[in-house]
Amino acid sequence: MSEGRFEPRVVVFACNWCSYAGIDLAGTSRIKYPHNVRIVKVMCSGRVNPEMVLKALADGADGVLITGCHPGDCHYISGNYKTMRRYFLLKKLLKQLGLEERVRLEWISASEGERWARVATDFVEHIRRLGPLRLKEVMSSE
Amino acid sequence: MSDKVRVALYWCASCGGCEEAFVDLAEDLIKLAEKVEIVFWPVAIDMKKSDVEQLPDESIDVSFINGGIRLSEHEEMVKLLRRKSKVVVAFGSCAHLGGIPGLANLYSKDEILKYVYLEAPTVVNPEGTMPKEVVKVDGQELELPKVLRLVKALDQVIDVDYYIPGCAPPPDVVKKALDTLLSGKLPPKGSVLGASSRSLCDECDLNKTKPEKILLKDLKRVHQVKLDLSKCYLAQGVLCLGPVTRGGCGTLCIKGGMPCTGCFGPLDNVKDYGARALSYLASILDYDDEAQAEKVIEEYVADPAGWFYRYSLPKSLVRGRYQGSGGEAHG
Ligand code: SF4
Ligand code: SF4
Ligand code: FES
Repeated sequence: MSEGRFEPRVVVFACNWCSYAGIDLAGTSRIKYPHNVRIVKVMCSGRVNPEMVLKALADGADGVLITGCHPGDCHYISGNYKTMRRYFLLKKLLKQLGLEERVRLEWISASEGERWARVATDFVEHIRRLGPLRLKEVMSSE
Repeated sequence: MSDKVRVALYWCASCGGCEEAFVDLAEDLIKLAEKVEIVFWPVAIDMKKSDVEQLPDESIDVSFINGGIRLSEHEEMVKLLRRKSKVVVAFGSCAHLGGIPGLANLYSKDEILKYVYLEAPTVVNPEGTMPKEVVKVDGQELELPKVLRLVKALDQVIDVDYYIPGCAPPPDVVKKALDTLLSGKLPPKGSVLGASSRSLCDECDLNKTKPEKILLKDLKRVHQVKLDLSKCYLAQGVLCLGPVTRGGCGTLCIKGGMPCTGCFGPLDNVKDYGARALSYLASILDYDDEAQAEKVIEEYVADPAGWFYRYSLPKSLVRGRYQGSGGEAHG
């Protein structure tokens, strides 16, 4: 890359009750995590539908990280199980679309500030290795 | 000049079914002939591109274009027809959403050409002859249209005024759409003509047997069950896309003992039909344990793109398999 290193843009969907709180905890505890993440707060990971994930990628994200409460801990009881099922299906579809590596699902509880920082760093570095996505550009070029 | 409505029909990457859909109007065709003058219809009338070029701009009242955009020739022709027409209608699933030919977007152009000309079991091509865009025959240079990198829906190439859905659009739908167009009272631009604005379930006779909340423990392929034709197919564990598909076909497939595969496309305001369908399926799967869910999905939804984007891959948010430089897939 000519202009220094590639800085991925990663969209993170974080549920209000666990993951967002965990990210917040990282912030208040001054745990460092990459600035590449753009965090979108949702009430529950079950709110994140495949259309939102695909739209994020189509609109310029290089990767998407879906986060939610650990299984059994969802504030709405079963929202994250729904997320998991959708994710299995979505992953299979993404594989066919050549985008499997660009999306990940992780459970982060309200007390896991450290874990959040690790997960975020790991994913951002993974996307950095893959390189820029530029989905719209690539898919509309001749 | 007559005061008839001047109409053109054209086909791009299509199976011919959409042309057939016009012929299927049967006796209504005769009534139609009183109101309509066909100025261009390559499948039925011997006319050439140059005949269209000679027409004044906007002198065709309505052009009905079917098929996906696969070749440079298609692009050229639809741009020409756009210039010559007041109204352009995307006719059928392929022009509307990319259609079945759009599934080719899961492969690169090179993969497709290689398979079709060299590897397919029915191909005998010992010299490995491949199609070329320019060939010399007896000292003459001949040009063939270029295969585009991706199949596109019509509105990804030109401005489209209306859509008529269906693979192929059933006669009733075509008739309703034509009535609307010929009535002179044109609906807002971008409307889907001849169809419903509600889901297919809404007009399905079996809807009353569909439970309020469907929860499936198992999925079945249609050939693996003896379908009870008087009960909602989805409730029997057969994936029917009626809940996420635009109605208007009269539940043709359901009446024929097959689940809906979604040819009428998404409801208004849905950007990505496949993502919506996938999400719907995930929401009705009911398992206590996730390993079981994964197993069922693995077994029955082996090809989610084929299931959910059967008619609409080019119009989806991703449009096909990503073939970027990012390293995942190469084109
Ligand atoms: S899911 Fe299919 S069979 Fe059931 S009501 Fe809807 S369209 Fe009819
Ligand atoms: S039932 Fe579904 S697939 Fe069959 S014609 Fe109607 S919309 Fe198309
Ligand atoms: S509230 Fe966190 S996953 Fe449902």
